[in-house]
Amino acid sequence: MSDEQNSVSDLLEDNQYKYGFTTDVESETFAKGLNEEVVRAISKKKNEPEFMLNFRLKAFEKWKTMKEPAWPNVHYPPIDFQDISYYSAPKKKKQLASLDEVDPEVMRTFEKLGIPLDEQKKLANVAVDAVFDSVSVATTHKKKLMEQGIIFCPISEALQDYPELVEEYLGTVVPVGDNYYAALNSAVFTDGSFVYIPPDTISPMEISTYFRINTEETGQFERTLIICAENSYVSYLEGCTAPQFDTNQLHAAVVELVTMDNAEIKYSTVQNWYAGDKETGQGGIYNFVTKRGKCAGENSKISWTQVETGSAITWKYPSCILQGDNSSGEFYSVALTNGHMQADTGTKMIHIGKNTRSSIISKGISADHSSNSYRGQVKVGKNATNARNYSQCDSMLVGDKCSAHTFPYIETANNSVQVEHEAATSKISEDQLFYFESRGISRENAIEAVISGFCKDVFKQLPMEFAVEAQKLLTLKLEDSVG
Amino acid sequence: MLEIKDLHAGVEGNEIVKGISLSINKGEIHAIMGPNGSGKSTLAKILSGHPAYETTAGNITFEGQDLLEMDAEQRSIAGIFMGFQYPVEVPGVNNAEFLRMAHNARRVNAGEEEVDPLDFDELLSEKMKMLGMEKKYKERNLNDGFSGGEKKKNEILQMAILEPKLSILDETDSGLDIDALRIVAEGVNKLRSENNALILITHYQRLLDYIKPDFVHVLSKGKIIKSGDKALALELESQGYDWVTSSN
Repeated sequence: MSDEQNSVSDLLEDNQYKYGFTTDVESETFAKGLNEEVVRAISKKKNEPEFMLNFRLKAFEKWKTMKEPAWPNVHYPPIDFQDISYYSAPKKKKQLASLDEVDPEVMRTFEKLGIPLDEQKKLANVAVDAVFDSVSVATTHKKKLMEQGIIFCPISEALQDYPELVEEYLGTVVPVGDNYYAALNSAVFTDGSFVYIPPDTISPMEISTYFRINTEETGQFERTLIICAENSYVSYLEGCTAPQFDTNQLHAAVVELVTMDNAEIKYSTVQNWYAGDKETGQGGIYNFVTKRGKCAGENSKISWTQVETGSAITWKYPSCILQGDNSSGEFYSVALTNGHMQADTGTKMIHIGKNTRSSIISKGISADHSSNSYRGQVKVGKNATNARNYSQCDSMLVGDKCSAHTFPYIETANNSVQVEHEAATSKISEDQLFYFESRGISRENAIEAVISGFCKDVFKQLPMEFAVEAQKLLTLKLEDSVG
Repeated sequence: MLEIKDLHAGVEGNEIVKGISLSINKGEIHAIMGPNGSGKSTLAKILSGHPAYETTAGNITFEGQDLLEMDAEQRSIAGIFMGFQYPVEVPGVNNAEFLRMAHNARRVNAGEEEVDPLDFDELLSEKMKMLGMEKKYKERNLNDGFSGGEKKKNEILQMAILEPKLSILDETDSGLDIDALRIVAEGVNKLRSENNALILITHYQRLLDYIKPDFVHVLSKGKIIKSGDKALALELESQGYDWVTSSN
């Protein structure tokens, strides 16, 4: 049996992590280590306004007093935060006036990743901000968006051009001392994306950021802030890859979303960070991310969709604070773990306003020696009359050495609330695949059909191209794990 | 069409089939009968290409090709259909979509274009009408929550879509009440032609009241101990398997 499977996977070159290459660019990298001087140096490097420096210093003071969380169901050796470089940027001589001045190697890297950035080849209907290690290197379609008053730029640029907007919202959803990694991020983040959708505006295209970690032993700490004003809408996509290194790299991002009255943000992620060696578990990204949205206005909506297929360790709970009356939050997730990956992911839905609704659809797929945990919290405050939540958490096991765990937490302080929780565990079995094969359907197509069936409710939330890519990614990753 | 020569086979090192030879031509229906443990289902598994079962000696050819060199997928494409005794449930995969995948796998192999869902729906509706099947078979997920009878009917629907040259129905009658048995058997009869062949593997002769075999073979302890025509099945029915196993 295993012979047969090997021959199948041998045919598929793509089975390798195809984004594992590194790019040879001249970088400016800070010496390893973290102290107040480093925090000040980052702020200075970025020529930041004073409020920003104070924000960082406050976060750094908090961070020094905090401890890494021990509650997630993941295991790893202690991280030496003094052994990481907190700033790395492709070297440039002066401020870039146009894309022509971006290091061609960096441009080629993104092209190789399927994200062409230059004017001729850029994607027609998606505006892209490309973040390479610690800095944003290019943002497309900026002008076209600006015609409608939409601001889409690197957050470092927003700090120069729209400091009052950044100051008003930064840290309002994820406070500087929210958790260990968020505090670290707040102190040392170097770039990320900033989006502002003015009132009564539907963004004419998808907005996306593509993250690439290139340098070994550099942490990536990006910060994303998206504000959607009254009666506006934006759909935002995020993609990530990293080269293959034997050492672990830290990725500790913070994403904050704010929606005003009747506004909606749809945030989709396909995460494919390098997950480490499949056999030994060596290397890979530690993905410790804080993502949170605040439905500040009435009737507003925030929807998170994530397809998590990479990283050695994932620790991530995209959440919604449902503050405005009648606001709603959604969380759709597919988390796949294989090899020696560990994921502890889920969501928090905090109901504060009246008639707030939330739904959670989580699909965990575990294969090989991996461990996959869903952790979700539904919290309903005493003023959240008629709040409703529906949660469905399904797990699929592939093989018998992996594990799946579900940790739902429900807290309600209001009697008019309805909370439903459903959970199921299934297996993709050799018998199922044999059944497909005996009808002339290839093993690959069979896995794709079973997985996409399992993940249907989540995939249909993704923009079309993303859904197709996500499905292929999952199939490739599971190809030689079934049996 | 199918030529089995001195087949020895088993699972996990236990030899269960101990020298079977059988020749099947197009247009023929063969019934293979036998008590539990006689090797019927091992034979079915071997013919279907189940990876857990292994052949230790002998050979099988299908239209001149070495069947044992082909995997389950290739066998299906070549025109062999296995109607399973226990069809597996596949939650999340729509039945109509599954049938379209199977249909298209054949078309792609023959160098033809894939059929889109709308065109396929026409073909599917036509076959379902012929078999007298309800619409729910399109809408539900593959065998998911189907009763025993529904699963068997669904196997026959797959057979109708795939139009195989050789169908092997493994204990298709087991677990069916008399009405379901009749519907399934009628379906099989409608799919018969002089160009295809059928192997019915069954414990009881009652299926043979509905699908009339040209040949009946009795299997015992991994060997065919008696072959005959339909009369043999009736005799087994009245006398029991002891009659053949002890007289041999």
